Amino acid sequence: MHVILANLPLYLTGMATTLEICLYAGALSLLIGTILAGFRVSPLPPLRGVGTSWVTVFRNCPLTVVLFFMAFGFPELGINFPYFWFGTVGLALYTSAFVCEAIRSGINSVPPGQAEAARSIGLGFGQSLTSVVLPQAVRTVVPPLGSVIIAMIKNSAIVGAFGVGGDLYAAGITLTSARGEAALPVLTGVVIGYLLITVPAGLLLGTLERKVAVLR
Amino acid sequence: MIRASAVDKHFGSLHVLKDITLDVPRGQVVVVLGPSGSGKSTLCRVVNRLEPVDSGDIAIDGVPLPAEGRELAELRADVGMVFQQFNLFAHKTIVDNVVLGPVKVRRIDKETARQDAMRLLERVGIADQAGKYPAQLSGGQQQRAAIARALAMRPKVMLFDEPTSALDPEMINEVLDVMADLAAEGMTMLVISHEMGFARRAAHRVLFMDDGEIAEDSTPEDFFRAPRSERATDFLSKILTH
Repeated sequence: MHVILANLPLYLTGMATTLEICLYAGALSLLIGTILAGFRVSPLPPLRGVGTSWVTVFRNCPLTVVLFFMAFGFPELGINFPYFWFGTVGLALYTSAFVCEAIRSGINSVPPGQAEAARSIGLGFGQSLTSVVLPQAVRTVVPPLGSVIIAMIKNSAIVGAFGVGGDLYAAGITLTSARGEAALPVLTGVVIGYLLITVPAGLLLGTLERKVAVLR
Repeated sequence: MIRASAVDKHFGSLHVLKDITLDVPRGQVVVVLGPSGSGKSTLCRVVNRLEPVDSGDIAIDGVPLPAEGRELAELRADVGMVFQQFNLFAHKTIVDNVVLGPVKVRRIDKETARQDAMRLLERVGIADQAGKYPAQLSGGQQQRAAIARALAMRPKVMLFDEPTSALDPEMINEVLDVMADLAAEGMTMLVISHEMGFARRAAHRVLFMDDGEIAEDSTPEDFFRAPRSERATDFLSKILTH
């Protein structure tokens, strides 16, 4: 307990950095995932192909490998960003595959008659998706999407382990390795830090779920 | 107004439409009946290409149906469709259901579209339900809302795919009355229905479909009094006994 209190500033900046990674990666993965889900249900085979390949690649590669490619592959090609962005974008790409599948399952849960009715009044594919199908898919999508987002928050520790300095996980490493503190108390602090992010996130998702459920 | 020539359609090995040729002139009301599985619903759905055809041509108001994409969407906007299960947009209020098409497809401004929608809801007798969600309405009210939604696009043709089959008996007439008014105003209509009262009252023409073919094509009087084919006689005797 003493270790945690004594190093509170380090823990707090760690949490802030983790939150920052998660906000960017979360927003980006939701955006990419939604577009990909649209691709995967589109009537155009090339778009479906892009969506399916994307999901196949990123869902089946270990996150560490994706981050490896981001961190070492891109500099090799002469593309250089701060490490923070390589890690965050890598996490977003990886998560987008899972977001896509959660949203696609939501799309499939909307009765086909809804899309038929939308088409019958002359809406195009994109319009019927955004005006009719996706708003109704949201209800079923929130719980699985919540799990995906929480998994992403935890996966951000791997981004930290990859050398994005200053996140919550890295704070723990700093304390144990560099300063020689005992591992268990330090890691307890790290766990509390993650719980302080994930538990409220879960509560927020629960509220959101109740809110969109009323829509019908 | 609707012209189909040599239309063929399979579902797997099932031949659901066999060389269908049909011409519905402007202002004509056609009622299609036939046993289940005879292809009548499919006939209705291929007219606005909710189902693609294997071969043959379909034209609406002289314009052949495009295969996909924007042109097809534009053509569908001119063809109103009413479904057995209503298919009102569950997340939108009744008036928003009616407004969506005119605003998104016809690019009419929201306020004008709303006024038009209220007039249409008035016409089908559910203006007082405008702010409710579909699930809060009875089946008959939902179906009338669905008719208003289709009419909001100012369609050239209206397709009805068993519009009263999912309704409780006491709600059937309120929907049929709206359809009969529409017929009386000169709308071109293709109606898949077993409602013989409606067929006698409002139809100009009755088609009897069986096994993917149009087995009979005549006036309501002739068809109900003296069907020509044995299959139609058999069918009528079955639906008349209850």
